[in-house]
Amino acid sequence: MLRGLLKLTWIETKIFMREPLGAIGTIGVPVLVFVVVGRAITAKAPTPSLSNFAHVGLPVMATILIVISTVLSLVTIISIYREGGILKRLRATPLRPQTILSAHVIVKLMLTLVSLLLMFLAGKRYFPPGVHPPIISFTFAVAISTWSILSTGFVIASIVPTARFAQPIGAVLLYPMVGVSGLFVPVASLPPLLRVVAHASPMTYAVSLLQGIWIGEPWSAHVGDVGALVGFFLLFTAISARIFRWE
Amino acid sequence: MRPVIQISGVRKSYGSTVAVAEASFEVNEGEIFGLIGPNGAGKTTTMECIEGLRKPDAGTITVLGLDPFRNVYELQTRIGVQLQQAQLQKRIKVWEAVDLWASLYGKKAADGERLLEQLGLTDKRNAWFMNLSGGQKQRLFIALALINDPEVVFLDELTTGLDPQARHAIWGLVRGIRERGKTVFLTTHLMEEAERLCDRVAIMEHGRIIDIDTPESLVLRHCPERAVVIEVSDPGSAEHFNAVPGVESVERNGNKLTIRGRGELVTEVIHCLSEKRLRVTDFRAILPNLEDVFLKLTGRSIRE
Repeated sequence: MLRGLLKLTWIETKIFMREPLGAIGTIGVPVLVFVVVGRAITAKAPTPSLSNFAHVGLPVMATILIVISTVLSLVTIISIYREGGILKRLRATPLRPQTILSAHVIVKLMLTLVSLLLMFLAGKRYFPPGVHPPIISFTFAVAISTWSILSTGFVIASIVPTARFAQPIGAVLLYPMVGVSGLFVPVASLPPLLRVVAHASPMTYAVSLLQGIWIGEPWSAHVGDVGALVGFFLLFTAISARIFRWE
Repeated sequence: MRPVIQISGVRKSYGSTVAVAEASFEVNEGEIFGLIGPNGAGKTTTMECIEGLRKPDAGTITVLGLDPFRNVYELQTRIGVQLQQAQLQKRIKVWEAVDLWASLYGKKAADGERLLEQLGLTDKRNAWFMNLSGGQKQRLFIALALINDPEVVFLDELTTGLDPQARHAIWGLVRGIRERGKTVFLTTHLMEEAERLCDRVAIMEHGRIIDIDTPESLVLRHCPERAVVIEVSDPGSAEHFNAVPGVESVERNGNKLTIRGRGELVTEVIHCLSEKRLRVTDFRAILPNLEDVFLKLTGRSIRE
């Protein structure tokens, strides 16, 4: 069924590019936020903490925004496809259900990587010369994080009642995960209850992994993060396999 | 004739709602078989169980010798499916959909471009799905259902929402499918569609099959009453008809006679007219149809 997967992935990519605002909104906005905020910070006399944010916090925040917009885009498209009977129509073919969903995951992963590439290019153009992050390692870290968090997308897509609620419900569930992820406030200094929430969210491990890899820490320092992300992927995939609705 | 679909004792509930209470029938190779009944009768659920998209709670189903739920992927390569109210991706182009579907069936796939031509979609091949008219969408779904040269084609409420012209065009296409030796299984709540297209129909209501036969036999069996309305120049000729076989009553209203009866009433009246050399200025036969059969069997109109 590899042929079907490739064909479907290619067609879904083309369809995505035809969406008005689809590509621009999903790729462009996080990159734009990155550039605008970055310029605003570097334009001021850089205090050490601001400079640190521009060099570490900002790229990771922009990356997380990219990942979230990818996941929201997945949730939206899956619920539109379900509501319109498109998923059902695709199922009434020799296509395996997992092939149909994998095509969407691949499209979204590619989208994330394109956004990331644009962000690097924008970063090189606007903030020279700063840190030299390990780009290949960071790309891997983003791919693992996206892949893991996309699996929460399928759980969210299973519980949203209609396509109209997909975006808001997705946002309500995902953005708080960022709030407690350690991106703005270290997890250790959160109140105990929020700390529990933080440890139950894949976003926290994604942020820790991305920040670490960005500043050049070795992978061996983040085995726990990668393990947690894989664990969340397995858990959420198992949950969505049980509760996912095709129509 | 070889049965290609056999279902027996099929039952399916959603929670406490019984969609299909008991369905048993066979569909023979090369026929157009219609499952007819009002909306909510359980037609689509029955069809989707046969297509392998739903698992029945009880009963057995065999399609082309396969268990549809267990052998769903093998079955999908041998059947063609058009689903009720299905959509495709809004911005998928017509040719892309056909190309995608063709790629799923490998060597077995029919020539997509030729199929588009046969269905009159060639000049729409670059159009987005969302910009097609209702009739064009249905024709595309028929193309997708035929792309793997299937042995059995399933059509669920194929012409619902289409204007009469598009409907007639699609009926022609469905007859064409049968002429190519395929079996067609369709559902409809349009009695005219069933009467014009189907070789045999099963009437379904409240999740049960009430009767199965050819449309003509169903009408003959359940609504044997016939009436002939004629206008004669000599009202006195009314008496001739009382002796005609099958006649139950003759009503006279000026020059207009309404002759009621059953069986071969129309033939007998024509026979009598010619034998007695009666002059007739108007002749109209009132024949019941499937709509009347449905009313008789269920006590309500299918449109309610």
